[in-house]
Amino acid sequence: MSIDLSQFYEVFIDESYEGLEIMESELLHLEPGDVDSEIINTIFRAAHSIKGGSGTFGFMAIADFTHVVETLLDQIRNGERELESLHIDLLLKSIDCLRGMLNAIQNDEPQESEEAESLRQQFQTILDGSTQKASQMEEKVVDSATVEQIEPGSVDSIWQIHFAPLPHLFRTGNEPLFIFEDLAALGDVTITAELDSIPGLSELHPEDSYLSWLIGLDTKADESAIKEVFEWVEDDATISYKLIAQIDDLNQLNAEDYEQDPEPLDSNSNVEPMVASAQAEKSSKSEISVKTMTKSKLTDGASAKVDSSSIRVGTDKVDSLINMVGELVITQAMLNELGEAEEFNQEKLLALREGLAQLSHNTRDLQESVMRIRMLPINFVFSRFPRLVRDISQKLDKKVEIKMLGEQTELDKTVMEKLSDPMVHLVRNSLDHGLEPPEERIAAGKNEIGTVTLNAYHQGGNIIIEIIDDGRGLNTSKIRDKAVTNGLIHADDELSDSEINELIFQPGFSTADEVSDLSGRGVGMDVVKRNINALNGTVDVDSSPGKGSTFTIRLPLTLAILDGQLVTLGSNVYIIPLVSIVESLQIEMNKVNSVGGGLDVLRLRDEYIPILRLYELFNHHDAQKKLDNGLLVVVESDNEKVGLLVDDLLAQQQFVIKSLEANYKKVDGISGATILGDGSVSLIVDISGLIQLAGLKKAGRQGLDFNKPLSEAV
Amino acid sequence: MKKILAVDDSASMRQMVCFTLKKAGFAVTEAKDGQEAFDIAKASQFDVVISDVNMPIMDGITLVQNLRTLPDFKFTPILMLTTESGTDKKTEGKAAGATGWIVKPFNPDQLLAVINKVAR
Amino acid sequence: MTSQESQQLNLVEEPSSEQAECVQYLTFMMAEEEYGIEILAVQEIRGWEPMTVIPNSPAFVKGVLNLRGTVVPVVDLRLRFQLSTVDYSEVTVVVIVKVCIEEAEKIMGIVVDAVSDVYNLDKGVVTRAPDVGETTNKPFIEGLIQVSDKMVVLLDLEKILDF
Repeated sequence: MSIDLSQFYEVFIDESYEGLEIMESELLHLEPGDVDSEIINTIFRAAHSIKGGSGTFGFMAIADFTHVVETLLDQIRNGERELESLHIDLLLKSIDCLRGMLNAIQNDEPQESEEAESLRQQFQTILDGSTQKASQMEEKVVDSATVEQIEPGSVDSIWQIHFAPLPHLFRTGNEPLFIFEDLAALGDVTITAELDSIPGLSELHPEDSYLSWLIGLDTKADESAIKEVFEWVEDDATISYKLIAQIDDLNQLNAEDYEQDPEPLDSNSNVEPMVASAQAEKSSKSEISVKTMTKSKLTDGASAKVDSSSIRVGTDKVDSLINMVGELVITQAMLNELGEAEEFNQEKLLALREGLAQLSHNTRDLQESVMRIRMLPINFVFSRFPRLVRDISQKLDKKVEIKMLGEQTELDKTVMEKLSDPMVHLVRNSLDHGLEPPEERIAAGKNEIGTVTLNAYHQGGNIIIEIIDDGRGLNTSKIRDKAVTNGLIHADDELSDSEINELIFQPGFSTADEVSDLSGRGVGMDVVKRNINALNGTVDVDSSPGKGSTFTIRLPLTLAILDGQLVTLGSNVYIIPLVSIVESLQIEMNKVNSVGGGLDVLRLRDEYIPILRLYELFNHHDAQKKLDNGLLVVVESDNEKVGLLVDDLLAQQQFVIKSLEANYKKVDGISGATILGDGSVSLIVDISGLIQLAGLKKAGRQGLDFNKPLSEAV
Repeated sequence: MKKILAVDDSASMRQMVCFTLKKAGFAVTEAKDGQEAFDIAKASQFDVVISDVNMPIMDGITLVQNLRTLPDFKFTPILMLTTESGTDKKTEGKAAGATGWIVKPFNPDQLLAVINKVAR
Repeated sequence: MTSQESQQLNLVEEPSSEQAECVQYLTFMMAEEEYGIEILAVQEIRGWEPMTVIPNSPAFVKGVLNLRGTVVPVVDLRLRFQLSTVDYSEVTVVVIVKVCIEEAEKIMGIVVDAVSDVYNLDKGVVTRAPDVGETTNKPFIEGLIQVSDKMVVLLDLEKILDF
């Protein structure tokens, strides 16, 4: 029977990636000289699993590579070798290498590479250094394991074997029957039982073995094959082998009395030739030119996990889904029954309405449940950072530790995948520019070890991710100067410090004088902001000179669905995200004040809400222009409240967000589009975009500018 | 139908072993570590046990020792999955009471040959 | 004969030589002129339907429509060419095309008066572009080609839709 092993590949690859993550995060907890056996054992087991699986499923390059890694780890956990920082570095590099190899399998590319071979040799050198014997032993075993088949020899041998199991044999689960069957497979057997050792009934222990056997074997198999049959019971029996005769091809009888001691298979004599052949193999391998992997991640240090097309889902989420579908089926049956009614009356109409409400409820629940399937803990993204921080801080000669909070906070898988790069950039930026070298920190009275903190939590319908460092903070005056040089602001513009700091997100802005290898590669903060905006999110910075900086990323929990309020503006229908709506009201004219420049504000309780005339911003001249004829929808964005003047409110419902940018481009004041029930397209407003469009907010400014006339903006 | 208990912390290995043995007509129960296997064993009988050595919580060697204390498992064939570099593991396993071993990596046919031998 | 000679003759027939670069074009009418676009770009042809306006967009962007769940912007070609506009009628047509703008594939629509025909044309025999409407329209035009007894203006869609 042949079994297709490829059905298990994906599981193997997934669990190997996980194993590598575990190895990496545990390795980062180790210091040279550490003897924490639990950690080392965990790392060893992970490597061991990968080696075992890769060998079983035929990924020999990975198996060979992991073999040396595992061997080193084994020595360390046995106490045979002390853990040095060289080992930790090599092991970390090997993890990257293995990630690359797994990736290669997924992409159908060759697994071998120069890096892998070079790394493997580095391991080998270390291993060869002090334990020559051990590695030789391994090679011997590797090769001897394959010597299982009976040599199709031409020499017919006749053996006499005496097999006397020790009393406890059965307690090993072994059975003489297995042995006899195996011997029978090698040739012709005659078996004679010896009953002389059986004690009297009163002394007989039913679980003990008292029999022994004399076996005659006529076989073409060689000695090692015969001994292999007894391999499992070597220690549990007394065995003697006698070669009685050998008949070779020419039918010549060679009578030799060849007796051997019953000792375990000693093939030390076989070591030399086998080692030689194994080594010959290895040297020829390195002469073969190897293709370099197309994705080399060794120098980068960043984990290169390819977006896998599968998701692990907790069974609780699946159970919840199943329940919901069950309820949906019930509702459907009920509605179906109603639909089959002969006649319709008021009672049935009421039942129909109820059924539809139930359907709406079910659908919503189901939808939420399905969304949750795609939600994963942010730890998947956070987990790459300890390694990143370690590698970069080493490169920069800075001492940095990383703290992570809220790793279990969940967010949509796609959002998370797209969040990874911007976060990496922000963290690199903190390490590169924010955190000071140890001497500077000490001089400033700080702990010489700087801290980068990643914090994630839910707030409303959003997830907030903070990247906090306790470094020197943003250099506001340098930013200001650069902004003036680049024409982003005028030299005499008055801006608050935080407004200046926000300028770093403007395109074409970079204060990296030297092109540092890490952050100054032309991938500026503006790209970070753009990437996050593309996820319908926002990014801000808050900084304290000498104390540190905090970058805050706000993202909606899911990309695809939005709860919205339909509003009309003349003949146009727009959607306002429900989560931003504070309240909707009719304007009381006596509460409206004009603050000059054409801007009106509404006094609402103890606040002043600027009134944005949407029809003006959007140039829809068939809409209501009089304040008391329309409705004001008070919305909030980035802690700013404004009122949007619309004609009327229509329904509130859920919408599937469609991209306007995909086929068109970014439109100021619009965040996306959706398809309404009648098939027409409706645009979704972007509150902060509208505020900017109204000129109430200059790029980077915080707090609304009531002095800017509206007419200048449009 | 013969019952087999398969123990390995690697999901892909368990899948492969299970699939191979089930296809050959065995009833297979899985466990992902020694402790889980032992808990299962305390409650059921099996014709063969096949277990990896390196596992968290309770490793293979300890599992064998513990199994042999159970009356139902005194004579049950218990096979260890070892890798080539584990000659000492083989000895340890035997000392603990294991019946024999299967060397990793192995292919489905090799697995079946051994299982068929001991499952009588 | 050389391509130069054939250009002078303004002769275009079904290309006989294997070296001819033969491309299929979809042609349509606009202000009584016949224009052609490579048919490979054409996804489908729809009748005109009311569209959702995009605020603060150029006049030639009529709005967006729903193409089986995808939001697609539609450009009025007359306005893009700064020609006079006409009221849309039952034969007014929206041609949905796929173009590459700024290294991204986009699906857009163009409003034309009516669809005309499909021709196999030899690109090797395209003459230089004349002035259609304003001179600013020049980059939109790949060139002229003679088909039977009329001239067809070949358009560069990607330039037209890159704005």
